[in-house]
Amino acid sequence: MQNALDPSILQALLLTTELAGLTTLLLLVIGTPIAWWLSRSNSAFKFVVKALVAMPLVLPPTVLGFYLLVLLGPNGPIGQLTLGLGLGTLPFTFGGLLVGSLIYSMPFAVQPLQNAFEAIGPRPWEVAQTLRASPWDAFFSVILPLARPGFYMAGVLCFAHTVGEFGIVLMMGGNIPGKTQVVSTQIYGFVESMDYQKANVLSALLLVFSFLVLLPITVLGQKDPRAQNG
Amino acid sequence: MSDQNQNQIELSIQKGIFKANVKFDFKVGECLALWGPSGSGKTTLLRAIAGFERPVTAHVSIAGEVWQDSDQGLYLPTFKRAVGYVFQEASIFTHLNVEDNLTYAVRRNKVQLAPTFWRTVVELLDVAPLMKKYASQLSGGERQRVAIARALLTSPKLLLLDEPLSALDGHKKDEVLPWLERVKHELCISMIYVTHALDELTRLADRVAVMSEGECTRQGSVLEVLTDLHSHFYTDSQEPSVLVEGVIDQLDSQWHLAGLEFAGGTLWLKDQNFKKAQTVRVKISATDVSIATELAQRSSIQNIIAGTILEILQLSHPGECLVKVNCAGTVFLSKITTRSVEQLNLSAGQSVWLQLKSVALLK
Repeated sequence: MQNALDPSILQALLLTTELAGLTTLLLLVIGTPIAWWLSRSNSAFKFVVKALVAMPLVLPPTVLGFYLLVLLGPNGPIGQLTLGLGLGTLPFTFGGLLVGSLIYSMPFAVQPLQNAFEAIGPRPWEVAQTLRASPWDAFFSVILPLARPGFYMAGVLCFAHTVGEFGIVLMMGGNIPGKTQVVSTQIYGFVESMDYQKANVLSALLLVFSFLVLLPITVLGQKDPRAQNG
Repeated sequence: MSDQNQNQIELSIQKGIFKANVKFDFKVGECLALWGPSGSGKTTLLRAIAGFERPVTAHVSIAGEVWQDSDQGLYLPTFKRAVGYVFQEASIFTHLNVEDNLTYAVRRNKVQLAPTFWRTVVELLDVAPLMKKYASQLSGGERQRVAIARALLTSPKLLLLDEPLSALDGHKKDEVLPWLERVKHELCISMIYVTHALDELTRLADRVAVMSEGECTRQGSVLEVLTDLHSHFYTDSQEPSVLVEGVIDQLDSQWHLAGLEFAGGTLWLKDQNFKKAQTVRVKISATDVSIATELAQRSSIQNIIAGTILEILQLSHPGECLVKVNCAGTVFLSKITTRSVEQLNLSAGQSVWLQLKSVALLK
């Protein structure tokens, strides 16, 4: 059991939490305006954006990881840009992992939020404006609180999905201990080196984590009693 | 340029195949009813006045404040208009209780509210017992009363009501209608009231605009328009009647009667705790009005009024006629048999006596 407290495991756990937390936070901020626009717009362009956002759901993560690697690498257009700006290149860094996670988990933020906004409908938004609330005010004072279950759902899903990602992390991060090694890639490393005991400890940890994360979602699925036929 | 005491609205809207062209002009403090079948564009007009729809051309000036003028490219967004809006269905924020719904409006009101105004509104709509409740714990009527109170707390210059009672059953309307009447009489707020229910119209409206397919086909005071509606658009399902408005000027305590003075004379009603000088509106059904060519000397009928026949209309049933009688400016309708018309030899221009068997109080 002492082996389970290997500093590399703690490091991976910490990095995973950091990555998932930051991804969730950023996705809620980025995903909210996208989801709001998707729920409101009548533009034909909306369907293109919807499809783009949903793409990571069907694309193998390795494909996504591969293109990101090419785009962000030293010879890719974005890589050239970041190099030119003196920022270095993103692949095999925490920043690279973050960019990959943001794209990969995007649908898990946007879709629950969009569903929440659509369920609210246009009426509360209009009512707020007849009560002299500016659009920003109306969004923060009415839409945000009414969409709260959607935000919980999006947050939990984003976090859990980021913890569970593997392909894109491996492609973009390269499994460097202490730098880009997260729990999922570490398990893979343990199995490769035949260290089944450590792989087992970490896997069991993720199993429990997944269950604990999904439990509140199923509870949230039940309606807020106050919100009934409101 | 804009009149402080007048509300002027001119809108031309095109939305898909729907077109509307209207012009309304009514005094500050008056209630204008938009009356017409569903699909005649009433809600779209209301939304345009609130700033939710972008009309092709528009001029909206409320009590001297210009909200929209397409000639000058002026358009105030909804939240900058002093508008109150009561939607057809419940619109109480479900994440706030009633009290917080009301303070939501107060906090955003740019006008400094008189400290007593909150209490006035709360009492007027009787929402004090509901303060800690959430929307799901309120009845349909209570929700609409809260919605009206909330709209009033924004100090609107114009209150828009989009069929606020249509989601309520017949007897539940009485949970809201009397409160609306009180609001109208005590706060003197200009209102536009969309409805297709005649009873709401007769109780609340000062002016009526009859809407049909985006056009206003008739506009005038409620008394004029209703008399017209009843004589021209009469269907067998609707009992023709007229409205008479007057002032209580005599109280007969011995017989418990009250004299209602109106343009054509005096009507005697059962006294229902009237005060002198109180304005009262009554409805007189055409079937309760009979016609005599001579003044009956001994009759149980208390209300007998002199008038001149304007026209005699044949109703869909060949045995029935509707007679329009002018009594010093007030038009009455009488539904009598075609045989009576023949036997009394009635014709337009003739002087007759109207006998009113019953007079229904509207408020």
